Amino acid sequence: MPALEIKNLNKIYSNKFEALKGIDLNVHQGDFFALLGPNGAGKSTTIGIICGLVNKSSGTVKVFGHDIDTDNDTAKASIGVVPQELNFSQFETSLSIVINQGGYYGITRRTAIERAEKYLKKLGLWEKRNEVSRNLSGGMKRRLMIARALIHEPKMLILDEPTAGVDVELRRSMWDFLIELNQQGVTIVLTTHYLEEAESLCKNIAIIDQGKIVEDTSMKQLLSKLNKETFIFDLVDPITELPDLNGLNSKLIDPTTVEVEILRKDNINQVFDVFSSNNINVCSMRNKSNRLEELFLDLLNNNNKTD
Amino acid sequence: MSMQSLFIPYSTIVIKEVSRFTRIWVQTILPPAISMTLYFVIFGSLIGPRIGTMNGFDYIDYIAPGIIMMSIINNSYANVVSSFYGAKFQRHIEEMLVAPIPNFIILAGFVTGGIVRGFMVGVVVTIVALFFTDLQLHSFTITITVVLMTSIVFSLAGMINAIFANKFDDISIIPTFVLTPLIYLGGVFYSIDLLPEFWQKVSAFNPILYMVNAFRYGMLGESDISITHAFIMLIIFTITLMIISLQLLNRGVGIKS
Repeated sequence: MPALEIKNLNKIYSNKFEALKGIDLNVHQGDFFALLGPNGAGKSTTIGIICGLVNKSSGTVKVFGHDIDTDNDTAKASIGVVPQELNFSQFETSLSIVINQGGYYGITRRTAIERAEKYLKKLGLWEKRNEVSRNLSGGMKRRLMIARALIHEPKMLILDEPTAGVDVELRRSMWDFLIELNQQGVTIVLTTHYLEEAESLCKNIAIIDQGKIVEDTSMKQLLSKLNKETFIFDLVDPITELPDLNGLNSKLIDPTTVEVEILRKDNINQVFDVFSSNNINVCSMRNKSNRLEELFLDLLNNNNKTD
Repeated sequence: MSMQSLFIPYSTIVIKEVSRFTRIWVQTILPPAISMTLYFVIFGSLIGPRIGTMNGFDYIDYIAPGIIMMSIINNSYANVVSSFYGAKFQRHIEEMLVAPIPNFIILAGFVTGGIVRGFMVGVVVTIVALFFTDLQLHSFTITITVVLMTSIVFSLAGMINAIFANKFDDISIIPTFVLTPLIYLGGVFYSIDLLPEFWQKVSAFNPILYMVNAFRYGMLGESDISITHAFIMLIIFTITLMIISLQLLNRGVGIKS
């Protein structure tokens, strides 16, 4: 039984905007799943429907086999959601926000307090438990929403851009926490704009664009589709003219930076051979952009062409 | 769903609501005590003796139940409309919407918050009234039942207002332009027997007339309207507003897209 099963899901808003155009999606139990897409693609609408915040127009959604139309309470009890926008009272303390959420899920106060302590400590918020939430930093507010989403210990955690606006160190610690949760068996569905995040964390991936799923596969398979990579070479000494790199698509960005596009079938050594024979010394080399980012943009471009 | 799985979310909402308005008691409990004191001083002690008696009671004794009821109505309404709209505005209503809470429990939780605030303010204003008048209690049961039903009705009305509200203006328009005129024309300060026959008939459409008179009956044993008639109207208002509120919540009006 999949953790999440979406069939022919449609959503037309009251202003006639068609946000979802019959999407199908399956997320396996224990998966770490990325749902990617540009702004307005339909990611938050999909999550909203799964969690009960948006009314669907048609289609079916099942969470661990429980249909949200016929068995919504059980479906909801299986999900923890971390939304994109802050959605807690600005006047309550961190501790009461988390404990109250436990109450909404029918958890006794004693258990809710124990779990609140566990997750607030885990997320580095225990010292701030009596702080009114509006006084927390942006990163703390995001972590508070994660603690709140875990209070009923859901089998699936859905995170809508959880690391938006979070500094690098904190983002890394949140990744570690999410990996740990996933290893404990929690299915994780993640939307993010940081494609590096999706590539590092997720096993499977779906890409949504203009309300349609344009790719639904494993991360490994998706990355294997990448037929070219663009590399940046930083040179030790400046050059004025770039030698021919065996016909590879290349350009001199500035006197010490060369950009080279290399197809999967090509051999990267030939670039170094040409550089060596021309007495050009390379001090470092890196990808121009994240590999997934290149694929993501290609897929979206192709989708735009077919429309 | 088990009773426990219904009671825990219900009590969570109630505790959250009560702690919300008690935390800001200077904004919620104190103002009615001040304004009602002024009513008692001006209409009761200063102007009252010149008016004389009304339906056989000193004027201050006659208006005291109406003034208490006015504060209960205003506060039960204000509690739900501001709390529910605030939850919509700050989006923390989503905390409840993602959880497996039936809509009737959400409604019951907010309404109970309105009832508790209505009762608390009612008690405070009653204590204030004791400084100005010797309050009577004709029937404890009728008095408490009317307070309970009235605060339910106006909590539900506050909920409907909050559901439709899209901006803060929308939660002050109804209290200012509808609720206040209805209260003042609902027999708080006068007996409708003083009105011409046409305006007596118009007043019969004012729901607050039934609540004020039923409450006055509970305290003084005196009412412009038969107590049975008043209770029937209260029951009709309660059931009607409850059905409307639940329908709106079930359809997700104002809270789901």
